[in-house]
Amino acid sequence: MVQITFLAHDGTEYKTDVPAVLSLMEGARNANVPGILAECGGACACSTCHVYVAAEWAARLPPREPMEEDMLDFAWEPDPERSRLSCQIPVSEELEGLVVTVPERQA
Amino acid sequence: MTHIVVVGAGQAGAALAAKLRALGFGGRLTLIGEEPVAPYQRPPLSKKYMLGEMALERMFLRPRSFYAEQEIDLVTGQRVAAIDPAARTLRLEGGEGLRWDKLALTTGSAPIRLPAAIGGELGGVYTMRSLADADAMAAEFRPGRRVLIVGGGYIGLEAAAVAASKGLQVVLVERAGRILQRVAAPETSDFFRELHRAHGVDLREGVGLTGLTGTDGRVTGARLSDGSALEIDFAIVGVGIRPATALAERAGLEIDNGIKVDRLGRTSAPDIFAAGDCASFPWQGRRIRLESVPNAIDQAEAAAAAMLGGSEPYIARPWFWSDQYDVKLQIAGLNTGYDCVVARRAGGATSFWYFRGDRLLAVDAMNDPRAYMAGKRMIDTGRSPDMTALADPSTDLKALAQGARSNAAQAADTAA
Repeated sequence: MVQITFLAHDGTEYKTDVPAVLSLMEGARNANVPGILAECGGACACSTCHVYVAAEWAARLPPREPMEEDMLDFAWEPDPERSRLSCQIPVSEELEGLVVTVPERQA
Repeated sequence: MTHIVVVGAGQAGAALAAKLRALGFGGRLTLIGEEPVAPYQRPPLSKKYMLGEMALERMFLRPRSFYAEQEIDLVTGQRVAAIDPAARTLRLEGGEGLRWDKLALTTGSAPIRLPAAIGGELGGVYTMRSLADADAMAAEFRPGRRVLIVGGGYIGLEAAAVAASKGLQVVLVERAGRILQRVAAPETSDFFRELHRAHGVDLREGVGLTGLTGTDGRVTGARLSDGSALEIDFAIVGVGIRPATALAERAGLEIDNGIKVDRLGRTSAPDIFAAGDCASFPWQGRRIRLESVPNAIDQAEAAAAAMLGGSEPYIARPWFWSDQYDVKLQIAGLNTGYDCVVARRAGGATSFWYFRGDRLLAVDAMNDPRAYMAGKRMIDTGRSPDMTALADPSTDLKALAQGARSNAAQAADTAA
């Protein structure tokens, strides 16, 4: 289990333990974190699981594939460093303590 | 205490129940599904799940604990036999009765099967709709085996892609003149025909299935409308789905290519709502039914709000996706009524843009998320790009979307 903290847009904190076989999006969904819609269920097809990762974590995550990069460019208020599609980030032991912020809305 | 019952535990039913709780509904909530498992995602069935790249645990929309925490009484493996709208009751096939104050029908759709007279009930003939379907045919997907896929729509093509990727010999027949004829332009059909042929699929268009033949109740061959015959090990039938309306019909609800609902998801009976694949609804001056996950979710959530007294109408923003081999297809909008297609090719990205006059209706984007996102943004906000600039691969799509002009007719259409 990997501890991940999701900060909802209203400031509510969701501290969750996510199994290392899931994606960040699936961890959020299982914890019922509001604001991560993930309509396509993790197929990198909809861009409705956009999140901001804490700045100090951005460089430590697996880099974005071109598909994710392009989808994010059209997301709601994307941040060049911190924005990610949470379905594209596999949860692993290295992410212990990661803090993720949910945007005000999805595109 | 108010009791809301949701009949049908697929994507729409799960979304509707979750939304009721998210909106603060504190009454009794029951979600009834006929499959033996908790609500799961269907799209991966013909994609990653079938390929063996997605474990069963990841298919479920929510962990089982979610339903307990949210006090949603999830009843699986139960079919509803009858609804009495006047008495506000329903009866399960097992005989048990339930009273409800409000009812939601999210019964989904069922695949069309081939008639028994042409071999549709032989062993080794499958449809691709449920986890049970996928699990039943999993053992058939072994390298070298011969599969016939009947139907060149998205389900048939996705099944062909999985089979070819796993080393099977694949023949796909499409009765219409081209694959995807009902849903896409010839340009998109051409793109996918080429893709499948490059992966070794024997794709035959304008050729229908005359009959399946078998030995000892198990399919062994197929006769085609061009007079040819095939030896096969199994067959997958992907010739479309029908909305599951029988229950609603027997209850006397109005049916019009699906359970007829208004913009708030209300059926013709008081306090009975419907959403998802099974429901037809008003859209831009006509009545449509959408077979897609996004519609199942969004319409269900709109209906949930309306069930709690909300008055926000559902405005569909159709989109779809498909994965075949290394190609991701994303579709925004509905192309019905298009009279012109603009092609855009930039590197490995390809997109086809459907117009009626100068109004953008839809876009098919193949490995081109920028085209999909830009197109969706324009379609959702009722704007259209300049066609010449669009076709020019050096045009930046984000800038083009920002500068797109508003459709004059959009306001009238939306109000219709």
